[in-house]
Amino acid sequence: MNALLPVVTLATSLLAAGVIFLLPESSKTVRTVVNLTAALGKLGLALLMIIGVAAGETYEATLTLLPGLDLILRVDALALLFLTLSAFLWLLTTVYAISYLGDGPHLSRFFGFFSLCVAATTGVALSGSLITFFVFYELLTLSTWPLVVHKGDGASLAAGRRYLIYTMSGSAALLAGILWLEGGLGPIEFTRHGSLDAGDPTVLIGAFVLMVAGLGVKAALVPLHGWLPSAMVAPAPVSALLHAVAVVKAGAFGIIRLVYDVYGVTLVNELGVGLPLAIVAAVTIIYGSLRALQQHDIKRRLAYSTVSQVAYIVLGTGLFGPYATIGGVVHLVHQGLMKITLFFCAGALAERIGVTRVEQLDGAGRRMPLTMAAFSVAALGMIGLPPLAGFVSKWYLGIGSLQAGQHWVLAVLAVSSLLNAAYFLPLLHRAWFLAPADDPARPAARREGPAWLIGPGLVTAAAALGAGLFAGLPLSPLGWSTLIVTRNYAP
Amino acid sequence: MPATLADLGMPLVPWAAVSVVLPLTAALVAALLGRHAHHLAVPMALAGIAVAALAILDVVRHGVIETTIGGWTPPLGIALRLDGLGSAFLAVIALVGAGVTLFARAGFGPDAEGRETRRGYAFWPLVFCTIGGLAAIAVAGDLFNLYVGLELLTVTAVALVALDGKPAALAAAMRYLLFALLGSLLYLLGAAILYVAHGTLDIRLLSRSADPETATLAAVVLMTAGLMAKAALFPLHGWLPPAHGSAPAPASALLSALVVKAPFIIMLRLWFEVAPEIATSVVAQGLGALGAAGILVGSLLALRQHRLKLVIAYSTVAQLGYLMLVFPLAGGSGEQQPWSAGAWTGVVFHALSHALAKGAMFIAAGAMAEAIGDDRMDRLDGVGQHLPIAAFAFGLAAVSLMGLPPSGGFTGKYLLLTSAFASGQWWWAVVMIGGGLLAAGYLFRPLSRLLAKREQPGALLAVTRWRQAIALGLAMLSVLLGLLSLGPYELLQIGRPGSAVEGLSS
Amino acid sequence: MTAPALYGLCGAALVGIGLYGLLAGASALRRILGFNVVGSGIFLYFGSLAARHPTLAVDPVPQAMIITGIVVALAGTALAVAIAIRLHDETAPARPPGEAEDRDACDPR
Repeated sequence: MNALLPVVTLATSLLAAGVIFLLPESSKTVRTVVNLTAALGKLGLALLMIIGVAAGETYEATLTLLPGLDLILRVDALALLFLTLSAFLWLLTTVYAISYLGDGPHLSRFFGFFSLCVAATTGVALSGSLITFFVFYELLTLSTWPLVVHKGDGASLAAGRRYLIYTMSGSAALLAGILWLEGGLGPIEFTRHGSLDAGDPTVLIGAFVLMVAGLGVKAALVPLHGWLPSAMVAPAPVSALLHAVAVVKAGAFGIIRLVYDVYGVTLVNELGVGLPLAIVAAVTIIYGSLRALQQHDIKRRLAYSTVSQVAYIVLGTGLFGPYATIGGVVHLVHQGLMKITLFFCAGALAERIGVTRVEQLDGAGRRMPLTMAAFSVAALGMIGLPPLAGFVSKWYLGIGSLQAGQHWVLAVLAVSSLLNAAYFLPLLHRAWFLAPADDPARPAARREGPAWLIGPGLVTAAAALGAGLFAGLPLSPLGWSTLIVTRNYAP
Repeated sequence: MPATLADLGMPLVPWAAVSVVLPLTAALVAALLGRHAHHLAVPMALAGIAVAALAILDVVRHGVIETTIGGWTPPLGIALRLDGLGSAFLAVIALVGAGVTLFARAGFGPDAEGRETRRGYAFWPLVFCTIGGLAAIAVAGDLFNLYVGLELLTVTAVALVALDGKPAALAAAMRYLLFALLGSLLYLLGAAILYVAHGTLDIRLLSRSADPETATLAAVVLMTAGLMAKAALFPLHGWLPPAHGSAPAPASALLSALVVKAPFIIMLRLWFEVAPEIATSVVAQGLGALGAAGILVGSLLALRQHRLKLVIAYSTVAQLGYLMLVFPLAGGSGEQQPWSAGAWTGVVFHALSHALAKGAMFIAAGAMAEAIGDDRMDRLDGVGQHLPIAAFAFGLAAVSLMGLPPSGGFTGKYLLLTSAFASGQWWWAVVMIGGGLLAAGYLFRPLSRLLAKREQPGALLAVTRWRQAIALGLAMLSVLLGLLSLGPYELLQIGRPGSAVEGLSS
Repeated sequence: MTAPALYGLCGAALVGIGLYGLLAGASALRRILGFNVVGSGIFLYFGSLAARHPTLAVDPVPQAMIITGIVVALAGTALAVAIAIRLHDETAPARPPGEAEDRDACDPR
């Protein structure tokens, strides 16, 4: 039974993908039912395992491919955090996508790859060894590419090409790093405190750099972030998926695994690679914010904001110290909740009232008040306003940096919060306090709804609010992150 | 009950012989049946798969099986030898052969009025003869039988290339034939020298008697050069793209997937079984360097093609290059790895999954070409919507060719890469990883076209779903080979030469 | 010099001449002929080796192999000539009736 649960969890979305691919384009109802059933089922399974893991159960399944090459699915607290996040957001994104795409073309193809993408994310979350992680990481690349090029026009295809060049090169670097390491040390599993004892420092550092570079492409660390803004041509649900649920998170999650469960804190310290990682993250945070400030397209501004925000996770990982780790890990969830809200709302704005640029936002708060309310909660959270989720992350990161004796990080956090405010507040100001331009093409009537388009954003905004307000509860993201850190990483 | 099975002794039916005789008989029957020959496709596909499955079952049960024809033992008689390598190839030959013949049923039957066509009449005997020749090479136990199998392949494969009768196809066939005949002569000369030096051509007897002497080295080098010409290994690859590009799609599938692999099986047997001790480190590295050059040149040329079938054909040139990496990478690292014979097994995995994936890809390309009327890349826009199953098959096959997980191509590449790192020969790893990226480059070009919006006018012709599904079946098998690779891995270890563990240039 | 050695040398010379023709020949027919000369050389060389021990009986196995080789070479030649003729018919410019066809000039390229 304990071996079965992770496999079933993976199978829910794989099976859904298979069924959806086979459905004819016209059977919309069946497709919706399959989608939602699978998403709900997966969320249920994740909750079931949360209860188990909290009680100390272990879930593990192994498929031997070759002597020495095992695919291992293993559920630990960190895996569950990511799994639950992706399962929860998958459900909401599916609801949103069904409404957003309506009766557009190629929907069986779209939802098939959508489910496959979630299956890959599940696999990334549950991977118990480096090579298993790589397998699902690569599957993620393959299953998201058709989503990026979904529209099939010239811009989408160009963005898809760019996406592939970046991610395929990243995967190649990751594979090279993994096999370089395993060539000398044998197969490497994820274990508490890391599984590497010793080895040639050249190999250890070289492989670390290669692997972080490979993961950094998906995590959009500067200078490997170039694919993310151009991938904005994809439909809004896909952007939500790329930014909040799957792709950038897989990269950040991989870096956490690499540092804590492969190398281990002690070895990373000895090799002296933690601080450079934190510096790269800090540069990415500032650079992403500065670029976001320059963007006038809402989705592009959000994209650069992702570049900046995901680097918080990496920053927390590179700093060590329990508090910084908690801050990084919990930001994995918090950033997901807030960023997906922003994308849901941006998509709804574009779809309902044709707003895609910052200047067009004037008066949007009167026309779509619920959407803009959700957007505002998420944006304020991103800035780090208490008691919202983003504040909790930044608070822990700040304390963590003091613990680690890296005082410069406080300055980075402060500057970044100011920049966050500088690129988000004008949006809120325009939406709530400026009168709508009198444009006959876009009448100023209220255009809120339909429920399936607006609802998901409201739910995630509420979740982001709740994650901040109830951060003290044991099953809140913060509570769970603390459990992860005390159980797995505390020295 | 394993004990009682072992008590049964050797198997009752010599499946090695059956696997050769059956397709050759089918070729004869097809020639007699004329316009009804396409009815043979279904029964022969089923029979071929069944025989291969039984052969594998016997190898798993009994180990290496030797059949002496007419009771004459080597060195005078001829022995057929079925080991893990041979039986695995028999299975792939049966599967790709089944895919090709089932797909060709529609295009090579009688014409609309039920009359016999020249194309249809020639196709079936040629295809069955090709399958027979391939099976003969998989199970042959001596170098002369291998020669006969090679020649059978040459003649039938060239005829398949020329089948369309267009000037370009005829010119390509002529070029192929001259390369292949030159290769045969070199091989025959080498075989003659070996016979004189050792008094036998039986592989097992040779492996016991071969000494590192000049005659053996000269013979093996001559034979290798000849086989490289036949396998289109760099720098003797020039004939392959025009030939595989102008053959009818099902024939291209057979040629690209299997026919070019047959000479490589012989090379494996030659270097690892007949004379493992003659290779020096320089020779091994040199052969590897030719492979690396093949990977790069083939991939770069594939990037520049404007016809889908030529892209796939140049991809074959590149993928064949990986096979040559077995020479520098085999062995030498047994202690550092938790498994042994990584590179040797990896290369065989690569060859098997490439066969399945390339077969799938050519069949999918054939379906697409039928729909749009030709195989120009710029006319592929939006065909993915029209032929979703074929497009999906193309994508899956591409995953395997790029060596991405989970697929047989990944398993092969994983074993090769691990051997490269474990033995400190990281430069081969760079070549392989670069080759994978280049493969992504040339394969995503047609794939993006398939997903693009269709803007060209003109209706697309229909291709039935089950014919597209043949390509999907083969592509899925090549993915499954990676997902369920433990069984095939263990099969390949049966009768594996010791030099695969120890390495060539130790 | 013994007779087998003489045969062997002859065979080697034929292989050389044939290889030159096969590689350097401009027209398909010359190349096909070159292939056949190489083949003859190899068969001659192989046959001479059958009698390598002056005291023992002649080894029959090479003869069997040579016969197989000749059959294979014949099949290859027939196929090559057939393709060359087809290619010539397809690509040759239309000629006025009655003029003799120059089949030697057929070139695959």
